Formats: sequence, structure tokens, C-alpha cells
Amino acid sequence: MSALLVLAVTVPLLGLAPLFLLRPGAGARIAVAVLGLGCAITGAIAVQVVRTGQALHYFVGGFPPPLGVALRADGFSAAMLCMSAMVLLLTGLFAIAGGGGKAPRMPAAFFTLLLALSSALNLAFLAQDLFTLYVALELLTFAAVPLVCLEGKAGQLSAALTYLLFALFGSVLYLLGVVLVYGLFGTLDLALLARRLAQAPPSGTFIAALALMSAGLMAKAALFPLHLWLPPAHSGAPPAASAVLSAVVIKAPLFLLVRLWSDLAPLPLAQAGAPVLAAFGALAILFCGVVALAQDRLKLLIAYSTAAQIGYLCLMFPLAAAADGQWSALAWTGGTLHLVSHAFSKAAMFLAAGLIAEAMGHDRLSGLAGAGRVAPVSVAAFGIGGLSLMGLPPSGGFIAKVMLLTSAIHQDAWWIALVILAGGLLAGAYVLRVVVIALQRPEPAGAGRVPPARECGARAGIALALAFAAVLLGFLPLAPFAFLSIGRPLSWTGLLP
Amino acid sequence: MTGATLFGLAGAILAGCGVYGLLTAGGGLGRILGFNVLGGGVFLIFGAVARRGAAAGFHADPVPQALVITGIVVAFCATALALALLVRLREVEAGPAPDDGKRETER
Repeated sequence: MSALLVLAVTVPLLGLAPLFLLRPGAGARIAVAVLGLGCAITGAIAVQVVRTGQALHYFVGGFPPPLGVALRADGFSAAMLCMSAMVLLLTGLFAIAGGGGKAPRMPAAFFTLLLALSSALNLAFLAQDLFTLYVALELLTFAAVPLVCLEGKAGQLSAALTYLLFALFGSVLYLLGVVLVYGLFGTLDLALLARRLAQAPPSGTFIAALALMSAGLMAKAALFPLHLWLPPAHSGAPPAASAVLSAVVIKAPLFLLVRLWSDLAPLPLAQAGAPVLAAFGALAILFCGVVALAQDRLKLLIAYSTAAQIGYLCLMFPLAAAADGQWSALAWTGGTLHLVSHAFSKAAMFLAAGLIAEAMGHDRLSGLAGAGRVAPVSVAAFGIGGLSLMGLPPSGGFIAKVMLLTSAIHQDAWWIALVILAGGLLAGAYVLRVVVIALQRPEPAGAGRVPPARECGARAGIALALAFAAVLLGFLPLAPFAFLSIGRPLSWTGLLP
Repeated sequence: MTGATLFGLAGAILAGCGVYGLLTAGGGLGRILGFNVLGGGVFLIFGAVARRGAAAGFHADPVPQALVITGIVVAFCATALALALLVRLREVEAGPAPDDGKRETER
């Protein structure tokens, strides 16, 4: 039993009290301090997982799973917890490091939502029960939707409404899957379900339930045919909010998709269903990548790039479900590493795009020439974040894509290898397009205008730090594999009869 | 046909109507109503699944009933949030945008 898991969920909620009681400025600083505390807690969880070499668990009220609800942190959960805590902390710092009066201050509501997101995300990464996961996903949606319409403009409100309706449709489908699973097995605990499923071949009802839950999670994660809500919602929000939404919020349903297909579904079923997910992923990479190339607004380009990058995770499923142990484990590691590295690089790119737009007064690509002189650190952060997105060495994205690619080639999955390569080219094209425009000499016609404001150094530094975090992931040696596989497959070792 | 089967079928029909409404209804309000019909269908299926407890000698399995209460609360909150967004959207689209000070106090 480890109380750290409970603290990870409850401490962010305690941080809400000062926000409501104190002045907005002081409340915001305390909120960021609480996010820092959350970072320390998740770090402690990760250290403990590494030290003991097995998953941490906590039974709420002391009742083990068939009766009670459990929290559990294995290596994969711990990696996601640390990633989301770090991104939330840096975004919080970005939001309070106000520039010289020119930048609009984030309202106190932003910090309230940031803390709520932190708690909901931690619950989604730790909960071990399908219904608790449903509640966590709903809390996450309720915290994420207001972030989209923080400034209350008409476009933002309609984007938020579309997002909410997609998310609600997804959550009802997920709930229908949950009730079917309960009707079949009489339990919702993931480890117990995995054990029952391993004993008997899955029935048609279970397959339907798994399909419903996956479709619901796809709607929440904006996977290809259900991605329509993402670009307006993520590009319309203020930069700090976009960074959080794109980097960590969509990661929770994706995390759950991995849990369902690699930890819960029995291997033959996973092998049958995975190619469908991979096909959606491939379409996402190609279609959204091409659409991203055609965008004229910087933030819309990054938002479409998010919709495209989600696809890489789905390419992992057929590779990871293959019977060949060594190469499937490599694909699994690559896919999950991609989740983490994408979070850092995308947060860096959205924050950098916000700073560039602030310095230039707009974010139309056609008018961004000279941004490299006005906001050099922001453009550098954008480029370095993009390095990982393209999959160039040295970066986390490079390692992740090489792992996926190696696994695909060794398993003769040529179409997957081709999609990975094509996706890398598309990402390279849209990132370089921005960087090349930004590094151009400003047009002579612009010389007569008021010289644009200079960027805010502290906030550009934070964006740069996030971009370097994505790069540094590439320098982790083969350690992530051992760490991520701690505590898998799911089980309550030595606790249950 | 037992009561549980009847409830299950009714739930399935409601869920089907809800999905149809959600996909085809024009405008936000129609979609929100469609979501509620769909949710109602799913909650009815929860009730039918509770019948599995009968094998153990209970009248019904209490766990799905406990879950469905949470589900209803969440769906209610979601509806309230969606309606609030819709009302605000109409306000912003209809009149001149309210000045920042007013919006701050409302928030």
C-alpha cells in the first residue's frame, strides 16, 4: 500500500482552496507551487517504482478489488504521471511569468482548471477500475472544455461546444461498453478482468464492448475520423491552454486505449482488432499531415499536427500484438515513448507559437517573415520541438520512431514502415516551412511599421526548456524499456486467492 | 419475455434513437437532447444488467445501480455545462460583445 497514489490525486484539489480564498495573484502563485508539489509526488512514485521493481498499489478503504476500488502505478503509469506533472508545472510557470504588461494575464479560472486537470489526469493514469476511469475521463473533459473558451469569444465558445458534444458521445459509448463488461464478468477491475479473459475465449458481447469503449476513447482522443473537433478547439484557446490540451489532455484516453488493447484484451483478439486501429492511425498521419501543410495559421498547423501525431501510437498496436516477443516489446516501448516525447515537443511548440503571435501581432504564416529576429528564442523552441516531431536525431521522437520502424521492418509490416517514413517527411515539411519563413529577412514594406514588440525572455525560456526536454529523452539509453515494463502484465501479485 | 429483457430492449431502442438524434439533429440544442436520450438508454441497460444478481438470490445486483447514480449525475452536469455554453454562445452571437469588466464579474 502506498499513500503516494492517493496524494497524487488529492493534493491538486487541496490547492484549489487558496485560489478561491486569496487574491487572484497570490492564489495563482500558490496554485503553481501546488503543481510543483504534484511534480515531486509523481517523481517520488517513479523513484519508488524503480527501486522496488514492481507496481505500487493502494486499495481505497482497505478493500481489495473484487469488493473495493484500487489505484495502481506501474512503470507506464509512472512515466505518464511524471510527464503530465512536468508539462502542467511548466505551463503554470509560463502563465504566471507575465510579460511587461503587454501580455494578457491568465485569469484565476485558468489555474483552477489546471489543478483540476492535474487531479483528473493522475486519477486516469492510476485508476484500475473501468468505472473509475470513466469518472476520471469525465472530470478531465469538464476541466478541459472551459480551457477552450477561456476568453469567451464566439469562435471559442462554438469550438468548446463541439468538443463537449464529441467528448460526451465518446463517454456514453465508453459507458455502454463498461456496462456490457460488468454484465459479462460481474467485475470492472482491470487485473481481474484480464485474468478471467485469459481463461476463456472472449465472447461476442465482450468484443462489442471493447469496440464500443475503443470508439468512445477515439472520440475523446480525436483519432482520425473523429478528429474534427480538435483543430478549432486547440487552435482557438490561449497558448498556455492549447499547450496543456494538446500535450497531456488527449494522452489520457490514448493511455487507456493502450491499457485496453495491450493489457486487457487477450492476444488473439488484440491481433484481430489492432490492424483496424492502425489503419485509422495511418489515415490520421497522412490525411492530417497533408491538411497541416495547407494551413496558413500557425496555431491551426500545430493543431492538425497533433491530430496527425496521435496516429503513430495506433500504428504500434498491430506491431505490439504480434507473437514475436522481442520486436513487439520494442514497438510497445516506441509507441509509449512517442506519447511522452510528443507531449513535451507539442507543449513547446504551442507556447512558442503563442509568443511568436504575441511578438508579431498575428499568427498568419504569410506574414511571419522576420519572426526569427523579433523572437529568436521562441523560434528556436519551435524548431527544436519540431525536431522531435520530425523524428530527427537526437530527440525522443527519433528514438520512438526508430523503435517503431525497426519493429515494423522485422515483422514485415511494410505498409506501417512506409507510413512512418511518409509521416516523418510530412512533419518535416510543415515544421521547416514555418522555420524557413520565420528566418527570412522581413519584407521591406514592413520596415515602415512600428517595430514589433520583443518576446518575453522568461516565457520563451520555458518553451525552450520543454523543447529541450523532448530532445533529452533521446539521450536516455535503453533504460525506458525496462522502466516502462515494470508491473506488466496486470496482476495483484500475492494478494488474491 | 422477462422484465429484464424488456428493459434491455427498451434501452437499446432509446440508445439507437439517441445516436440517430445526435448525428442528425441540427443545432446545439437538438444534439444535447440526443445525448440525453442516448444516456437514458444506456442507464436503462444498467438497470437490466442489475438483474444478473437474481442468480445469487438477490432481487437485483446493487453495483450497477450504484454506478448508474454516478452516471446520471455526470450526465446531468454535462448537460448543464453544454446548455451554459450554448446560452453564452447565443448571447455573444446576438448582441454586441459584453465589455470585459462585465464578463469578469459574471465569471
